[in-house]
Amino acid sequence: MARSDVQLMLDVKAGDDASFDFLLVKYRSPLVNFLHRMVRDTATAEDLAQEVFLRVYRARKQYTPSAKFTTWLFRIATNVALNSVRDTRHQRMEVSLDAPVGSEEDAAPRELPTREMRIDEHLLEQDRVQFIQRAIATLPEKQRAAVLLHKYEEMDYAEIAKILDCTESALKSLLFRAYESLRVQLAPLVAQPMPQRAGERRPS
Amino acid sequence: MKCEQMSKELISYLDRRMDSAERREVEEHLASCASCRKRAEEFRAISNLMDEMPVIEPSLGFDARMRQRVAAEPQRKWFTWIVPQPRLALAAVLLIALTVWIEKLPPSNQGSPAPNTTAASSEQDFNAIKDLGVLENYDVVTKMDALSELVPASAQQSDKPEPDQAESND
Repeated sequence: MARSDVQLMLDVKAGDDASFDFLLVKYRSPLVNFLHRMVRDTATAEDLAQEVFLRVYRARKQYTPSAKFTTWLFRIATNVALNSVRDTRHQRMEVSLDAPVGSEEDAAPRELPTREMRIDEHLLEQDRVQFIQRAIATLPEKQRAAVLLHKYEEMDYAEIAKILDCTESALKSLLFRAYESLRVQLAPLVAQPMPQRAGERRPS
Repeated sequence: MKCEQMSKELISYLDRRMDSAERREVEEHLASCASCRKRAEEFRAISNLMDEMPVIEPSLGFDARMRQRVAAEPQRKWFTWIVPQPRLALAAVLLIALTVWIEKLPPSNQGSPAPNTTAASSEQDFNAIKDLGVLENYDVVTKMDALSELVPASAQQSDKPEPDQAESND
């Protein structure tokens, strides 16, 4: 009989490192994907996922199964991601303040392209993905985390609310505002369905 | 249901996380409100659009790197079972050391007036009881009344305020 996540974690607490391996294999992919969508960089996402697992391991002796394991895991992941996003933003601000006039920062603004540009360019799948990623990235951090946990981790409201430390009612408002922003940002893509290409693997 | 309430209910409705009564209420509103209906359709489209995001796989070395980092973690020592919180233990040790240090201080450092004060209070106590035998003698006590009559005569003169001083007080 398969052990629950909580039981696996309790076994890790008791000194069974093989149980930690089970958790690692089970959650590495969801964690890396969540963090990748939060920070938009694969290498950083992997580093942060490692940091999350390490924190879980270090906290094993204090672990008490007061909530679902995933709530605890993604709460750590969200905190790690938000810290990283804030640190990166500080670094970017420092770079842009110190950068000479006419630098790359000036040449390539981070804003989304205009609506006319997006329609005229007939975006390919890769462009669409990047476009969606950028739209998600423009959301405020808490909204971004809420949308990702809701859409991709398919967590219930109570669990997401615990992770984000807010009420369920506040979470619903947060999600509504996030989808409102995405509705505006992604309107051109909604109007233009993705072109189908033979032999290409589509995401599930 | 009003349009404002939809901000709380629309996502739940689209997620199909509502009971049938709530669901019917939202559907009734959507049937009568073109604006909310359009928003609901667009939200659904956004959700479908987000399905286009690819799923990435962690790199091949991810697990190995993680196991290496876990193996490099310091193992808990036997004394950590006795002292689970090192900071608390350090605070306790410092407190004990401080107590011992204060106790070991020479008496002279604890304030020089103390012995003198003790001697003075002892002398005061002795003076208070040295005539106790006399006071316990009934004859002496009864004769004190006669003595007290003599005392005011001389004391009253010295206690009596000077006439000009009394006037100035008035």
